[in-house]
Amino acid sequence: MANAERASAELRQMDDLASSVSPIHSLHPLAKLIVTISYVLATVSFDRYELTALSGMILYPAALFALSGIPVRTCLHKLRFVLPLVLAVGLFNPLLDRTPLFRLGTVTVTGGVVSMLSLMCKGAFCLAASFLLAATTPIDALCAALRRVRVPSFLVTLLLLTYRYVSVMLDEVSVMTTAYRLRAPGQKGIHISAWGSFLGQLLLRSMDRAQSLYESMLLRGFTGEFRYAEGRRAGLRDWIFVLICLSAFALCRFVDLPALIGGLLVR
Amino acid sequence: MLRFESVRFCYEKNRPVLDDLSFSVENGESVGLIGANGAGKSTLIKLLLGLLSGEGRILVDELPVEKRNLPEIRRRVGVLLQSSDDQMFMPTVLEDVTFGPVNYGLSRDEAERRADEVLARLGIPELKHRHNHRLSGGEKRMAALATVLAMEPDVLLLDEPTNALDPYNRRLVIRTILSLPNTKLIASHDLDMILDTCTRVLLLSNGRLVADGPAEEILRDRALLEANRMELPLRFAR
Repeated sequence: MANAERASAELRQMDDLASSVSPIHSLHPLAKLIVTISYVLATVSFDRYELTALSGMILYPAALFALSGIPVRTCLHKLRFVLPLVLAVGLFNPLLDRTPLFRLGTVTVTGGVVSMLSLMCKGAFCLAASFLLAATTPIDALCAALRRVRVPSFLVTLLLLTYRYVSVMLDEVSVMTTAYRLRAPGQKGIHISAWGSFLGQLLLRSMDRAQSLYESMLLRGFTGEFRYAEGRRAGLRDWIFVLICLSAFALCRFVDLPALIGGLLVR
Repeated sequence: MLRFESVRFCYEKNRPVLDDLSFSVENGESVGLIGANGAGKSTLIKLLLGLLSGEGRILVDELPVEKRNLPEIRRRVGVLLQSSDDQMFMPTVLEDVTFGPVNYGLSRDEAERRADEVLARLGIPELKHRHNHRLSGGEKRMAALATVLAMEPDVLLLDEPTNALDPYNRRLVIRTILSLPNTKLIASHDLDMILDTCTRVLLLSNGRLVADGPAEEILRDRALLEANRMELPLRFAR
């Protein structure tokens, strides 16, 4: 399968994942959005040396993976391009911060190493939580929830249309690369001499498709803002979920649970 | 109900795509719009919906097609686009079918009820929760038609409704069109389908209306059709 086709299929796979059935999928999008935002805020608020306390935050994505039935490998596969970038953020910390913090056997662990691991964990946890939100909530429901928390309409519409049009563009890339490959047997990729016209054509074709889709939306009453159909209201179950999660985040944030449990075991 | 009065439209200056076009379509009529490629059929549909604006006057139920009337006109006139992929932009059939009604102020429940009715009427209730990208060509065409009918339009504009359909699905779409009581303007190269579904035909050539009359009469006129780069429907050609 060509790269563009694969990318398009992956995007559609996200739609499929989001419409699966599980206790997490059935939660109100607003509840999931509030919890995810709180999780991200709580996670990034840990001090760079609080690695053990931070490790407790893994419980939330772990629980969600288990309850939603979404395999961890699917998450790792989807995030395979972003995850290395996030993990690379703190790569230079060991060189910049050489303050010894503790010894692990004969090895001295410096502040740089701990802060690097801490940054990596924060990035990975936040990405996993965001992925889980996207994989358990259809994009339209998510956008409706974003509007409910007063995210400006133009930003939400931009997000939704970008999501929709990316697949349109990928479809066009797929058709064009297939047409190219059929007439350029044995060539690997697209020859550099054809890049200019290929990209130009891609732009024109994507614009035409986007225009057609936009006209189709206009003809069905679209006036620049999505009127998200009001689904069911968030119920008791959703608010209990929010309450439990926020309490757990607060507990993890202010009590070093792994150190506490470790201390109890060692004693 | 639909009236075109001396309509003229150019994409490039002094090269009219439609020129001095005048005709009207009465309530309940089913009219075929035929013509060779580039004759101006799709342009005419876009003008009628206010997606393009030209010279002359176009009226829908005495409402002139102009900016302030567009929301009402687009509610009254439903269009089935040539490509179902352009028509279906939401993840699932249900979301696509309810998109229009919700935009026109229906609640989620009312919109869903209407979607259920339309899908049942078209005989495709099982598609309700299906993902658009998993539909076959025929299913997608019927679902696209459902998105239009859910708006409860008075007038239907169908642009190549049988385009790229296999014989079974083509027949299904024809039967569905025949069952719809709305006023219909159907643009197509499928002259046999036009013959099955329309009582009157408008023949466009180089942006001008060259014939307007009973479908059977125009579609049997080999000389007229060939003079305008068209051919007799298959059933008359034998």
